[in-house]
Amino acid sequence: MHQKYSVIAILAVAFLTLSICVTQQETNVSDLQAFRHETRDWLEQNCPVSMRQPTSGGDDACWGGRNYQFASEDQQLWMERMAAKGWTAPDWPTEYGGGGLDKGQHKVLKEELAMINARSPLDSFGIWMIGPALLKFGSEALKQQHLPPIVRGEIRWCQGYSEPGAGSDLAGLQSKGEDMGDHFIANGQKVWTSYGDKADWMFCLLRTDTEAKKQMGISLVLFDMETPGVTPKPIKLISGSSPFCETFLDDVRVEKDQVVGDINHGWTIAKYLLTHEREMIGGMGMAEVGGESLGQHASQVLGLEQGRMNNPILRAEVAAWEIDGACFALTAERVTDEVKSGQGVGATSAMLKYFGTELNKRRFETLLKINGSDGMVWNGEASNDGWLPRTWLRTKGNSIEGGTSEVQLNVIAKNILGLG
Amino acid sequence: MALVLNEEQQMLKESAQGFLAEFAPVAELRKQRDAGSQTGYGENLWAQMANMGWAAILVPEAYGGLDFGHVGMGQIVEQSGRTLTASPLFATAVLGVTAINLAGSEEQKAELLGAIAGGEITTALAVDEKIHHAPTQITMSAVKQNGSYVLNGAKRFVADGSTADKLIVAARTAGEAGETKGISLFVVDRSAAGVEVERTEMADTRNYANITFTNVEVAETALLGEEGKGFKALSGTLDAGNVYLAAEMLGICQESFDRTLQYLKERKQFGVLIGSFQALQHRAADWWSQIELCKSVVLKALQAMDEGDAKAPVLASVAKAKLCQVTELSTNEAVQMHAGIGMTDEYEIGFFMKRARPAQIMFGDNSYHTDRFALLCGY
Repeated sequence: MHQKYSVIAILAVAFLTLSICVTQQETNVSDLQAFRHETRDWLEQNCPVSMRQPTSGGDDACWGGRNYQFASEDQQLWMERMAAKGWTAPDWPTEYGGGGLDKGQHKVLKEELAMINARSPLDSFGIWMIGPALLKFGSEALKQQHLPPIVRGEIRWCQGYSEPGAGSDLAGLQSKGEDMGDHFIANGQKVWTSYGDKADWMFCLLRTDTEAKKQMGISLVLFDMETPGVTPKPIKLISGSSPFCETFLDDVRVEKDQVVGDINHGWTIAKYLLTHEREMIGGMGMAEVGGESLGQHASQVLGLEQGRMNNPILRAEVAAWEIDGACFALTAERVTDEVKSGQGVGATSAMLKYFGTELNKRRFETLLKINGSDGMVWNGEASNDGWLPRTWLRTKGNSIEGGTSEVQLNVIAKNILGLG
Repeated sequence: MALVLNEEQQMLKESAQGFLAEFAPVAELRKQRDAGSQTGYGENLWAQMANMGWAAILVPEAYGGLDFGHVGMGQIVEQSGRTLTASPLFATAVLGVTAINLAGSEEQKAELLGAIAGGEITTALAVDEKIHHAPTQITMSAVKQNGSYVLNGAKRFVADGSTADKLIVAARTAGEAGETKGISLFVVDRSAAGVEVERTEMADTRNYANITFTNVEVAETALLGEEGKGFKALSGTLDAGNVYLAAEMLGICQESFDRTLQYLKERKQFGVLIGSFQALQHRAADWWSQIELCKSVVLKALQAMDEGDAKAPVLASVAKAKLCQVTELSTNEAVQMHAGIGMTDEYEIGFFMKRARPAQIMFGDNSYHTDRFALLCGY
């Protein structure tokens, strides 16, 4: 009857397509299998035992850099061994020191690392942010100069984006780069520079054409933090720690060969980097605390009676969070799979950033309720120096940094939904 | 398995979209309602669906089916949520097939699955006895005597209960309410002596019934699976039912959203499009994000059933709980953003809300599945 809608007709067409694909996939799979075995053997011999457990939540992560004090010999060994293989940046091309892995191999490496609970060998804004931007927009000379030291963990980077007067309205930034022929002289003030006091180099947005329209006339430049006139000052946060700085720029000399992309056209690159940042921050929403799920943690602290958590209201809150958490993790997975299969991307970094950070904030509010008065202990060994309340306060920044939740909703409404 | 549709699943989705838009759009639901239809769908609809192979999608090839899988069937059901299409697809081709496939003997499968695949018979699943879903609380009795079973009790909220040829009934052959042991499944003719069917009119104008069984005598061969061990198959059938209800609700969410987004781009107040107001933009953006989460969890739950994943039951509850939440949000936001016109019967948006709530309630709402999720996770 309705032949065009028939399931049998679809099966016939799909069968033809399927039989063509099968042979190609098989060779791929056996190659990957060999790669998996090699990787497993190598990790077995090269990943120190002390690096096969989760970090305790920030301080023992490895950041590298000129002045970095390794927490242990193992930490240094692990970073250097991985860097030598290019596996601190597994999917970067080998000519810039990267691992040169394709998507399938990269996935295998991640799985093998996860299987032995291996720590990240190197956390780095170089790898996460400026590196990908250089690969996409940088000159050959800039790639050669900056990428290998990033892979090796020798140079630590920080981001000079926000300013006191340019937060959500980032394109309103006022720090200037005055054209002096072969270089710029930069003046102004940056704020929310992550680890600005520990970083070796900054990637920084400067207004290099004051006459041009807002988004035009911005350049993305690179300079050494030891350049005269660069002064980072840590900002103490409500959590008591100082992961951010305000950075003053007073007559800082910036060479023109350190401009990424074209002069006055840095805004496109800045937006690209923000997308990366959003994905990174959004992804944090799902990290388990101390290797246990929220439900397990709550069960342990609150106790079970006849198989059910004491405190039915909190039990419902925990379960509702875990349901949302599972749906969010699946969405991150689906987005990745859609990109891999070349299908149109449904969700975007703005959505992941918005939902992931709101979810993370919710999780810490629930964690506080679970832990009662223990959750407010600020200092001392028993509380791991107030890890919970300090981290709880830190999460409040998740929905602010990299674009507030409200900005993400604006992005979704305008760019995806077409609401003007 | 990657969380994307393969080519054949994508094609099935598109063909379902085309068929349903052409033959069973929301306007058809209105027409059936206004005509006082006893089924909620047109006379030829099921025959058309069966001809296209939809009744056979979940039936194994050995019994004359297509064995196309849950992800494929899920696409059809999702599309039927966009058009609010009532049909025997859910009660027969999903619930009936799943229950018989999980519990039935070779003879029962050969007889019943073949007939379902061919569009010859329809089924209904009779589980709940009270106003809230509680499959372990079954009290309806089945007593074995003289080589047959005698059934006594009452069921309610039975989808397609007033039209189906065969009722799949959960009754207790042993044990007490609250126990999973002692529950047995039976296949009973709707026309059997002692079966009294009362069609209940509900907000979505679909086909539900309250059914009373008074000394209904069925042969031993009516037992589906082993006596007293029916709960496992029942539970698997309910999991499938909940995943498909979630898939249907995903269609409801997307259609409510798409129609509302369109309205935000047409309706003017204060001299501007209401979609230019940030108060509405942020709500629309959050709503859209929630639907993105729903797409992922429904696809995952369907895949888990195809793969026989041990996590399929927990994923069924995650999917149902999340979709109940977002369907409530979607249908409420749709009416609110349409405002006055959304309150009229003339406009179609209200139909989505009226279908959504029974779908949420059937086989456990958000609270039921959030609770079940916690239990399955060990707390």
